[in-house]
Amino acid sequence: MTEDLLATSKNGAATDVVLEVSDLTVGFPSDDGLVQAVRGVSYGLRRSEVLGIVGESGSGKSVTSLAVMGLLPGNAKVSGSVRFRGKELLGAPEAELNKVRGRNVAMIFQDPMTSLNPVYSVGFQVAEAVRAHHAVSKAAALDRAAELLELVRIPNPRQRLDNYPHEMSGGMRQRVVIAIAMANNPEVIIADEPTTALDVTVQAQIMESLQLAQQETGAAMVLITHDLGVIAGQADRVMVMYAGKLVEVGTAEDVFYTPRMPYTFGLLGSLPRLDRPSERLTPIQGAPPSVVNMPPGCPFTPRCPLSVAVCEEVEPALAPTTGPEHLAACHRSDALIGATPGDVFETDVVDTEALAHFVTETEGQA
Amino acid sequence: MTAPAMHESGSAATDPEPILSARNLVKHFPIRSTGLVRRQVGVVHAVCDVSFDLGPGETLGLVGESGCGKSTTARLVLNLIEATSGQVFYNGTDLTALSAKKMRELRRDLQIVFQDPYASLDPRMPVNEIVAEPLRIHGRYDDAGKTQVRDLLRTVGLKPEHGNRFPHEFSGGQRQRIGVARALALRPKVLVLDEPVSALDVSIQAGVLNLLDELQSELGLSYLFVSHDLSVVRHTADRIAVMYLGRIVETGTASELFEGPAHPYTQALISAIPLPDPRKQRARERITVVGDVPSPADPPSGCRFRTRCPKFAAELSDAERSRCVEEVPELVDRGQGHPAACHYAERKVLI
Repeated sequence: MTEDLLATSKNGAATDVVLEVSDLTVGFPSDDGLVQAVRGVSYGLRRSEVLGIVGESGSGKSVTSLAVMGLLPGNAKVSGSVRFRGKELLGAPEAELNKVRGRNVAMIFQDPMTSLNPVYSVGFQVAEAVRAHHAVSKAAALDRAAELLELVRIPNPRQRLDNYPHEMSGGMRQRVVIAIAMANNPEVIIADEPTTALDVTVQAQIMESLQLAQQETGAAMVLITHDLGVIAGQADRVMVMYAGKLVEVGTAEDVFYTPRMPYTFGLLGSLPRLDRPSERLTPIQGAPPSVVNMPPGCPFTPRCPLSVAVCEEVEPALAPTTGPEHLAACHRSDALIGATPGDVFETDVVDTEALAHFVTETEGQA
Repeated sequence: MTAPAMHESGSAATDPEPILSARNLVKHFPIRSTGLVRRQVGVVHAVCDVSFDLGPGETLGLVGESGCGKSTTARLVLNLIEATSGQVFYNGTDLTALSAKKMRELRRDLQIVFQDPYASLDPRMPVNEIVAEPLRIHGRYDDAGKTQVRDLLRTVGLKPEHGNRFPHEFSGGQRQRIGVARALALRPKVLVLDEPVSALDVSIQAGVLNLLDELQSELGLSYLFVSHDLSVVRHTADRIAVMYLGRIVETGTASELFEGPAHPYTQALISAIPLPDPRKQRARERITVVGDVPSPADPPSGCRFRTRCPKFAAELSDAERSRCVEEVPELVDRGQGHPAACHYAERKVLI
């Protein structure tokens, strides 16, 4: 990329930061109280880096990015700050946001079946994205659309322009969505579970297209997924979310090889692995907490095998662990040094006594 | 598992006697025209000539992408849908030839756990009733029924006190445990697990996998484990069969298949799964396939994978290719130590 890198950010140290999110908090009012979907998330996205956000369903990873794009419904209570190259996006008027969305910050959604309009041809939809930010003729926009489709490796892009979404497979549609995201050479691409709805071989193709799109545009990317494998392969830095908060931040190697938050630790231990014969998995007991009326203390406490009294009272802040860039929000992160998931988490999930009883009964019946 | 040069497709297995075996299973679904007279205008080749054996206490993993016929195969095996042709033998009895009444008796031994724990439990029944239902249907719910249900719930790691609650009060992982308890109620010998963990988050999934593991080792159950997730299958299965467009393209023990996949499709599948290990993942050799799965209503001639096969596209000469187009490759061992349905099978080390 040869474009002017003089960032307008006032923050001198972070001139490289294109997107700065600080203390982002999102709540949804409900009958039972405020649903605290996101609680004080801060991060800086640097130029052309891939930042992975990983977490389980309900951890707030999608809501975070919708808030960044200003796409949340009107009843959402959003506070904090989201700055793109120093310009505040939170609370900006819709007209201002429309200039940024799609032009500077583009988004790829999870489900390619619903993110395209079924009544317009894909060529029209890609061209529409081009024309939204550039004053070009329809023909020129269609030319650009064909170019983009070719870039994301859609065969016969010229003919494909006239296709409607239903005439394409899921993988093809997701490529069209990626092409739309690339249309204006954005500086930031936010990809929310871009491959989750697809089969594995198609997933691999889409990841390749996405990588290509990112290299081609030189954009920085926020990659949101629940798949730790995708994160391991793509992300430069990783953020782990739990119950609306960042609980661990670091480079991919930090987080995968020396996790310092029991949640990350358990998550890695609970993954069946392709690259080695089966080992006992370490499930995390219980379920994620409800984010309505959260109790004080660390939200992971009820499921954490290492929890002590202080965990129930004080919610830990992100603090440096193995290095200044590797942060974890845990009072007991030192306890994880040199441990394996099997040491920390219990692997027995069954009531062994009940099972033994059941076995004898079964034998009795046989 | 031993015996690397296992059985050829269609022939009987070696020791020990299989508890369940499928022979040349075929399932075609008709495609009908719209309109008043619904003429048949085509046929979906969902399952084509699938044979396998499941030994006692063994887990056979059936993997493939959506639309490859793995779930249809699982349902054929249980005789839940009628096979177009082929047989399923359970302890020597041909299930496809049984009367409905005889089949119902045998269903005690053959149970299924479904994929979606949100759809497979009746939302208006309390958990106790859900688990008791199979017992009632088979006339086994007697005075001890209540304790039996309590025991079942405890066995799968649920609190028996929660038996009066309804499914919506449970999390996905707990619901899947209820599904397992229901399947276990009649003390079956064979469990068909149709994507039992794919709707669950990983931290929850691990608990259900461990439970299934434990149940198998304690009760000596045989599992037919259907999944699209190769990592899960590697973890649970003793032997694996990989399916593509209705056919088994490669089978072998878990270690054979992962350490030396011989079919280009298996290789592509393995290489498409990202490893949760940054250094390994970034250093891997990638084999990518192009395009999407062709329609099973009109599968390619010869080898069904040839339209996406990287080997067909890049390595083979025209003369070699014509064989892929004309001749259906048989599922036999071509010197790779396990059967693969590729004329030009070649072992590769990918992990």
